[in-house]
Amino acid sequence: MEKQLSQKFYEAMKDLEPRYPNKKALILPALHQAQAECGWLPPEILAEVAAYIGVHEAQIREVASFYTMYNLKPVGKNHLRICTNVACCLRGADELMSYAERKLGIACGETTPDGMFTLSEEECLGACTTAPAMMANDDYVENLDINGLNDWIERAKNER
Amino acid sequence: MSAEQNTLFIQHFWKDANRTLEYYLKHMNGYEAAKKVFAGLTPDQVIDEVKKANIRGRGGAGFPMGMKWSFIPKNSEKPKYLVCNADESEPGTCKDRQIIRYTPHLLIEGLLIGSFAIGCRHAYVYIRGEYVREAELLKAAIDEARAAGYLGKNIFGSGFDLEITVHRGAGAYICGEETGLLNSLEGKRGEPRVKPPFPAVSGAFSCPTAVNNVESIANVPHIIRMGGEAFAGLGKIDKSGGTRLISLSGHVHKPGVYEMQAGSMTLRQIIDEFGGGMLNGRRLKAVIPGGSSSPVLTAEEIDVVYDVEPLMKIGTMMGSAAIMVINEDTDMVKLLLRITKFYAHESCGQCTPCREGCHWMESILHKVLHGEAKPSDIDLLIDVAGNIGGKTLCALGDAAAMPVQSFLKKFRPEFEAYVKGQKRHA
Repeated sequence: MEKQLSQKFYEAMKDLEPRYPNKKALILPALHQAQAECGWLPPEILAEVAAYIGVHEAQIREVASFYTMYNLKPVGKNHLRICTNVACCLRGADELMSYAERKLGIACGETTPDGMFTLSEEECLGACTTAPAMMANDDYVENLDINGLNDWIERAKNER
Repeated sequence: MSAEQNTLFIQHFWKDANRTLEYYLKHMNGYEAAKKVFAGLTPDQVIDEVKKANIRGRGGAGFPMGMKWSFIPKNSEKPKYLVCNADESEPGTCKDRQIIRYTPHLLIEGLLIGSFAIGCRHAYVYIRGEYVREAELLKAAIDEARAAGYLGKNIFGSGFDLEITVHRGAGAYICGEETGLLNSLEGKRGEPRVKPPFPAVSGAFSCPTAVNNVESIANVPHIIRMGGEAFAGLGKIDKSGGTRLISLSGHVHKPGVYEMQAGSMTLRQIIDEFGGGMLNGRRLKAVIPGGSSSPVLTAEEIDVVYDVEPLMKIGTMMGSAAIMVINEDTDMVKLLLRITKFYAHESCGQCTPCREGCHWMESILHKVLHGEAKPSDIDLLIDVAGNIGGKTLCALGDAAAMPVQSFLKKFRPEFEAYVKGQKRHA
């Protein structure tokens, strides 16, 4: 099997190896690193991670499927995760979600046909005192309102 | 009153410049506590000081921290681990995030002192996956500390070595539960373990392990610097020393993270004085006092001192000190459905009562809200909740049952109005 993960992936893992008493503990960091490279975790990448760790592919899939942040199907270039938990709901998260669905023309959980945006519902981000909040790729956007959400989407569209 | 509060953290928050080692050394007596420890305290003396401080764990369970450390066996041949729980996943909670963002060196120094106390040479910070930027900030602070000789080999010439590794989670509420967290750290699904053995005996990588919350560990330098008794004295109530960071959210005028001396304010004072009262002058209807799993309080029940035992006495809990304030316009049925959906989503699936029961509760509540429920469904809901609480390996089952039980006890007419067709979902 030809390797698809980069040299950088293997170097990053090499740096981490001495930090854990066994290699299995590297599964979560390896999946994060692989996803950062590929955007999501297709079966061949899970297989490559399994080969690197030295466990069966099913063991990697078992772990990857437990955690919501590992994408087992492709996501858009911009992944918007709107928190709809208690504190955000009390401050208008439902309206934000409906607005995002209308604006992007997709339902929550879907990706736009051009692959630019994926919209997800997120369980509590830990930004309750600055609610409502969303995670836009790796960054938090807090004290969010419809204007802010609209601006963020427009900006991302223009960065195409 | 907030102006008179003697605080340890909050005065250093909200400025990016404050997270540097330079600031920590100059304005926060940085690494003085660690120097004091290495200048001549024994591990037992450190643990005694923490015991004297009366610090209860800040993660949710409120377990006395010094006691937890004293459970780590002294004569074990195995490596020992200190694991910091930075999963901060209980809805409503966002205080640990501020410690990591603005005072990361307090956490690092706390890890250094704690590691010395229990004999750990490699500490882990398990941080929730969504805190991408916070993990980066923490790693940068660790690098800074290491470059200055506060981590690494032979720290302060003491012969003591310590490395700290930041380990990111990947989106799972259950990893805030300490044994779920340990499984996740080991590269497994974050499913809680059967206890005993407790982590102090067999924790991370089957070795003796102490798992402590971020705020708990970040308090350790304060405890050592000021002395356990003085730290305990900051608390205005028995058996609860130090200060508490509070995450105040929902329908208040000024939501935010605040700090108070333990036991020094009532819930009403917190809402009025920290929160600036209710948003847009609406009336208070309910308060969820300690994260979304804690039993709800009505507007009449908030003249209670905000600390572990007073809240326990009135049938609720302080949890992670996350207060969610709810106004008169809120539909309690819809809100409970929202809370229940969360626990159903986050149930790890190991224990049948939780895996099945949470979905049953969600489904019944959905029917109630959409006018499809029978009057008997309300009692069915109470019955299902009663069959989850206390019947599972970890506390997630209780966390899911308690909101259902308390909402139905205190706001039952709102549920009945739906069932009787007197109210319809907008």
